Amino acid sequence: MLFKNLFLGTFILFSVLGCSGQKTSSKPTINIWHWMTDRDPAFQELAKKYEALTGVKVNFELYAPSDAYSQKIRAAAQGTNLPDIFGILGEKRDFASFIRAGHILDLTSYMEEDNSKWKNSFFAKALAVNEFSPQNSYGIESGIYGVPIDIMTIQMVYNKKLFSQLGLNPNRPPKTLKEFLAIGPKIQEAGLQGLVSGWGEVWMVDCLANNYAFNIMGKDKVLATIRGEVPYTDPDWIRVFTVFKEMKESGVLAQGLVTMINKSAEQLFANEKAVFAFNGSWCVNVYKGMNPDLEYGSMLPPAASDKYPMSIWGGAGSSFMVNARSKNKEEAVKFLAWLTGQDQQAYLAAETNNLPANKNSLSKIPEVLAQFARGMDYATHPNVWGVSEFSLVIEAFDRGIQSIIIGEKTPEQVAAEVQKVKERELAKRKAR
Amino acid sequence: MKIKGALENYVFVLPAVTIFSIFYVIPFIWVFQLGLFEWDGISFTKVFVGLANFKEIFFQDREWWHSMWNAGYITLIALTFQNILAFMLAWACDREIKMKNFYRVIFFIPPVLSEVVVGMAWRFIINDIDGANIINRMLIGIGLPQLAHNWLSDPQTALTTVGIVHCWKGFGWGFLIFLAGLQTIPRELYEAARVDGASAWQSFKRITLPLMIPVMVLVAILTVLGTMQVFVLIVSLVGGEFAGHTSVPVLRILASMRGSSRFGYACAQGVTFGMVLIIISFIQYRFSKKGQ
Repeated sequence: MLFKNLFLGTFILFSVLGCSGQKTSSKPTINIWHWMTDRDPAFQELAKKYEALTGVKVNFELYAPSDAYSQKIRAAAQGTNLPDIFGILGEKRDFASFIRAGHILDLTSYMEEDNSKWKNSFFAKALAVNEFSPQNSYGIESGIYGVPIDIMTIQMVYNKKLFSQLGLNPNRPPKTLKEFLAIGPKIQEAGLQGLVSGWGEVWMVDCLANNYAFNIMGKDKVLATIRGEVPYTDPDWIRVFTVFKEMKESGVLAQGLVTMINKSAEQLFANEKAVFAFNGSWCVNVYKGMNPDLEYGSMLPPAASDKYPMSIWGGAGSSFMVNARSKNKEEAVKFLAWLTGQDQQAYLAAETNNLPANKNSLSKIPEVLAQFARGMDYATHPNVWGVSEFSLVIEAFDRGIQSIIIGEKTPEQVAAEVQKVKERELAKRKAR
Repeated sequence: MKIKGALENYVFVLPAVTIFSIFYVIPFIWVFQLGLFEWDGISFTKVFVGLANFKEIFFQDREWWHSMWNAGYITLIALTFQNILAFMLAWACDREIKMKNFYRVIFFIPPVLSEVVVGMAWRFIINDIDGANIINRMLIGIGLPQLAHNWLSDPQTALTTVGIVHCWKGFGWGFLIFLAGLQTIPRELYEAARVDGASAWQSFKRITLPLMIPVMVLVAILTVLGTMQVFVLIVSLVGGEFAGHTSVPVLRILASMRGSSRFGYACAQGVTFGMVLIIISFIQYRFSKKGQ
């Protein structure tokens, strides 16, 4: 009797478990990993809309901060456990490594369907960040490997109220470095802070220095330097380093700038303690949250030379890639096409104050955001240059500028040190 | 019978050995193995480079040894200032003073706080543009305005400031261990010394200090291991390596991994760093044995 009951019980249990296992859904679930805390509520809302529209469930998973996200993506790549859609934070060489390892789907054919309708909806510079040109130095087959979700430009912003207080025209920000430096003593006299930025996290120093490099010597010479054809001890590069020395000496830089984190810089600018800030277009949302009444405008970094135009960093702010190994890759591409459609992009821009990647969605954005958008005309980005500088050279370069700002080294010393690292890295590459 | 006894002993230590091997020995060997490759951390292919990464660390990477020097400097501050403070406070709380339990709780608050929180709070206290500037205000208040400056952005003071904040955060652990050690000293020894006419200083020198040596060695080893690995506090205080003035080994390892995508090199740095820590701990242990 006991054996019979046991057998019956086991049979019922297995039958129930078996039935539950057979419950399947015909529509797949698309999993997306991202790091964008500010955009998560809007993403969740769009996911609901997409499910209502198509029946396909989209699961946005937020992993913040970006450092932790970056590590998670790398770990998942090593274990081939990447989600259907993900983003890559890093330099173009990291992007290339992911493609080389077969983690990312080539989206060119999808983008070019229907007379390139999808491709043409984006700002060309936003797409360029995700593109590999023929015969690129990374050895990647040419194509488009990512979908830009929004765009960004990194520029300067100035406080209009403080400008008036300093006796300056709030509608005419400085256009030349000379004009900019002349404001330094006025800032000092008024007991205010000058330019604030997250220069403790060196990449923003690198960004402004490259803006000046393009302005002083032009793109070709900058790229020739990266290729190792022009030394960093060239007078033009010394001029780039000298710009930072002049800024420091004029008093136009805030105190403690070299150890400042961007959040502190944003607080100082939003609280009207600093006259200028060097920040990305994402700052519009940040300042709005910190001080909705802040009156400010955006401007290009004041030009140090009239030989070449001033360039700023810009392009795709954040992009999504499709996992080439995903069984849902077709559905994932369809979702990204929908997400970057005009209405969805306009919704994202309105909700998050980020610039839309779809150029048809720009019509209803605030004026200051439109100013940042206009900066796209001057935008460039290391990811579209086709060549990458050695990371140790970038490190020596950025640290060198920090040293110039704190008065520890001269521009000539920094140039010599950077060149030394460059030669060492070139020799190492040659030996390999 | 003898074999059975020996086997029984091995069975008892087997779980500990297994856990230690899985979580410590095998990863260490694995990391060492990765240190022999040139690898970007993403690709499935790795290029075997032998000991080239280690050779580069030892003979070319000046930044690495500079970061080791910086960590050593902070460790020196922690070993002296932090541990002396912890010992003095533990000694005071071991005696019959009013509200000693309250002090015990207060002293143990900093160690349980997150390093990010401590860094941000101290940044607010120290910094003179986005903070309360309390330190500088105090210096001006006591008639030392010439000392007031931006402590975190001055290369002369940035690392020392980080070291002092680290001590504030970490002295509670030492305090707790010292206090536990002091409470194990039999009170009769002090009473007998007092009967024999020993002064408080003599009791401290002849009873407390010798009996506390093993505890001091333990605290010293833990201080070295904890302080050499500091980095979160540095990031939250000064944003990073600050032109190399606040670079420490863990930040260098992170820079190799994330900045340069040189995972193999970062692993080699990790192994070198681990070996340095093991050697320091071993030397400290040998000294303490000799002292006893």
